Amino acid sequence: MWMNPAVLALIVGGILACIAAGYGARLGIAILPNWNLTSGSERQLAMERKTYLASALLGWVMMFEFLSLFMFVHTADHLHDLFVGAMCAAGTLTVNAYGYPALILKILNAVLCGLWVLINHADTRAPDYPLIRVKYTAVLIIAALSVMEIGLQLGYWMHLDPNVITSCCGTLFSTDRQTLAGDLAHLPPVGTMMVFFASLVGVVGMALWFYRTGRGAGVLAVMSGWFFILALISILSFISVYIYQLPTHHCPFCLLQREYGYIGYPLYVSLFIGGIAGMGIGLLNRFKEIDSLTEVIPQMQHRLCLTVLIGFALFGTIAVYPILFSDFRLIGY
Amino acid sequence: MKWIQRQKYFLDFTLSSLLRRKGKHLSLLVVYTLIVFLLGSVMLFAGAVRKTAVDVLTDGPEMTVQRIIAGRHDFIPLQYIEPIQKIRGVRTVRPRLWGYHFHPASGANYTLMAAPDFEYGPDQVIVGAGVVRSWSGIAEDRLYLVGFDGRAHLLKIVETLDSGVDLAAADLILMSASTFRDITGVPEGYAADLAVEIRNPRECATIAEKVVRLFPETRPILKSEILRTYAAVFDWRSGYVVVLLAGSVLAFFIFAWDRAVGLSAEERGEIGVLRAVGWDVSDILILKWWEGGVVSLTAFFLGMIGAYFHVFLASAPLFAHALKGWAVLYPELHLYPDPNPYEIGALFFLTVVPFGFVTLIPAWKAAVTDPVSVMR
Repeated sequence: MWMNPAVLALIVGGILACIAAGYGARLGIAILPNWNLTSGSERQLAMERKTYLASALLGWVMMFEFLSLFMFVHTADHLHDLFVGAMCAAGTLTVNAYGYPALILKILNAVLCGLWVLINHADTRAPDYPLIRVKYTAVLIIAALSVMEIGLQLGYWMHLDPNVITSCCGTLFSTDRQTLAGDLAHLPPVGTMMVFFASLVGVVGMALWFYRTGRGAGVLAVMSGWFFILALISILSFISVYIYQLPTHHCPFCLLQREYGYIGYPLYVSLFIGGIAGMGIGLLNRFKEIDSLTEVIPQMQHRLCLTVLIGFALFGTIAVYPILFSDFRLIGY
Repeated sequence: MKWIQRQKYFLDFTLSSLLRRKGKHLSLLVVYTLIVFLLGSVMLFAGAVRKTAVDVLTDGPEMTVQRIIAGRHDFIPLQYIEPIQKIRGVRTVRPRLWGYHFHPASGANYTLMAAPDFEYGPDQVIVGAGVVRSWSGIAEDRLYLVGFDGRAHLLKIVETLDSGVDLAAADLILMSASTFRDITGVPEGYAADLAVEIRNPRECATIAEKVVRLFPETRPILKSEILRTYAAVFDWRSGYVVVLLAGSVLAFFIFAWDRAVGLSAEERGEIGVLRAVGWDVSDILILKWWEGGVVSLTAFFLGMIGAYFHVFLASAPLFAHALKGWAVLYPELHLYPDPNPYEIGALFFLTVVPFGFVTLIPAWKAAVTDPVSVMR
C-alpha cells in the first residue's frame, strides 16, 4: 500500500462517503415500502426528519465525489516519478488493472451524484416530496457504486508496485497504439473538429432555444450527454494537442499540470457542470407533470439552462482559444 | 442573485452567533488550527525537501558507474574510462575522487572531494558552510586532518561555499586530486567512481546494460533512479508521519463531534426560537453548515499560514529530524517556498472534508429539535 498523505485522505474520504451513502441507502430501504405522507404516525414523522439528514449527507457525498475526482487524478499525477516510464497520471493509472476502472467509476459517480442533487432539490421544494421514491432508489445505486469505487481505489493503491515499468502518455495515447485510447487519439482531427464544432453550436443553439421557449428539454439533455462524451474524445483527439502545441501529444492529464497553467481544471469543471446541468434538464422534465412540481421544475430548468450555456461556452472558449490564437497548426500533420 | 443575498444573510447571522459565543468556538478553532498546522508542516516540508533534492540532482551526471567487489563499493581503475567512452551515446566519462573522513573531535563525517579543475594549490581547500560551523578546533582558517597513514595534514581554507546549495555541500571539503590521494591513500590510476554524461537520457538504460556487459563487476546508477528513490522516500515518510498523527487527528474529530452534539441550553433555545419564528429544518442546516464552514476555513488558513512560516522561515524544527534523517553535521536547510495545489488539496481533504462530515449529524440533530419542547 502506498503511504502518502493524499492517498490516505482519499481512502478516508472514500470510506466516509460509503458510510454516508450507506446511511442514505438504509433510509431508502426503510422509506421505499413504508412512505405515506398522509399518515401522521410517529414512524412517518421520524422518516420525514431523517430525509433532511440523508439530503445533507448525500450533498456532502456529492461535493466529495466531485472534488475527489480531481484529487484522485492529481495524486496519480504526483506519483508519476515513482514509476519508470510514467510521466503523468496516464502512466501511473496503468500501473495496475484497477487504475482506469477506478477513474471511470469516479467520473460516473460524480455525474450521478450531480443529477441526484438536482432531483433532491426539486423534491424538497415541493411540499409533498413527490420524488422521494425515485430519489432513494437512486441512493441505493449510488451507495453500491460508492462501495465499488472505494474497493477499486483500495485495490489500486494497494497494488502500486514501483518496480513496474509503465508507459508514458506519449505511448499510451500515441496514434500507433491499437488501444481504445490510441484509436480515439487517432481520430482524424479535421473530421473530429467538424463534428465537435457542429455539436457545440448545436447544443448551445438548442440551449438558447430552450431558454426562450421552454421546449425541447429531452433533445437538449441528449445533446448535452452526447457533447459531454464527444468533448472528452475531442480532448484526446485535438484539444490537448493544440494546448500542448505538439502534434503527437494527446494526453488528457498533462493539461492539469503546472506547465500548462492548470488549464485542465477550468476545462473539465466547465464541461462537467455543463454536462450535468444539461442532462439534469431532461431528467427533471420527466417529472414536470406532477402537480406539486409544475412550477418548480420549469424554474429550475430555466436556471440549469443558463448553467449549460455558461459551462459549454466556457469550455468552447478554452478549447477554441489555442486553435485560433496560437501559431501551431495541426492540419497537415 | 436572490440566492446570494439569502446566503449573505445566513453568513451574517452565523458570524454574529459565533462572535456571541467566542469562548466555546475559540478552543475548537485553536485545536483545529493546530491539527492543520501539524499536517500542513509535514506535507510542505516533505514537498520542499523533495524539490530541493531534485534541484540538487538536476545538474548531476545522467549515470554514475561504481565498481563493486564482494558486494562492497571499491575504487574503479581509470582504464575503464576508454571502453565506456566508446559506447555510442556517451558524451563524456569523468573520473571522480571522493570519500569520507571521520573527524573524532566533532564526531562528524565529512565528504572529501577532488575538484576537477581545482584552481588553488596543494594543501588548500574550499569548504562547505557546515564544515566551518561544526569543525571543533578550527584555528585561523586551517583544518587539521590525520591522513590514512597517520601523518598530519594542515589544510588552509581559501574559500567557503555559499550555503544556498547546502543540502549537498554542507559537509564538503574540496581539494586538488594530489592532496586527496595524499590524505586518503587512494592509489594513482583509480577513482571513486565514473560520472557518465549521456546525450539522450532515453538511452540511459541501454547504455547501463552495455556497461555491465563490458565490466560485469560494475554497478551503473541512473540519475532517474536516484530521483525516484528520493521521491519515494519523502513521500513515504510524510505518509508515515501522517499515520502517526492519525491518533491526534481522530481525537480532534471526536472532540469536534462532541462539541457539535453538546449544545448548551442557550443554543437549543436559539434554535427553538428560530424554528418557532418560521425557520425550516433545512434553514437551520444551512446555518450550521455556514458555522462549520467559517470555523473550518479560518482554521485551515491560519494553520496553513503557520505551517508555511514553520517550514520556510524556521526550517521546520519540529519535523526536520524525522523527515530528512539526522547526523551530527547536518546542513542548515533553507527550503524554498513552492506552494502547489497538490499539497494544499491533500491537506484540505485530510482536515476540512472529514470535519464537514463529523459535524453533519450533530447539526441535523440540532436542527430537528422540537421547538415546543425546547422552549418549555
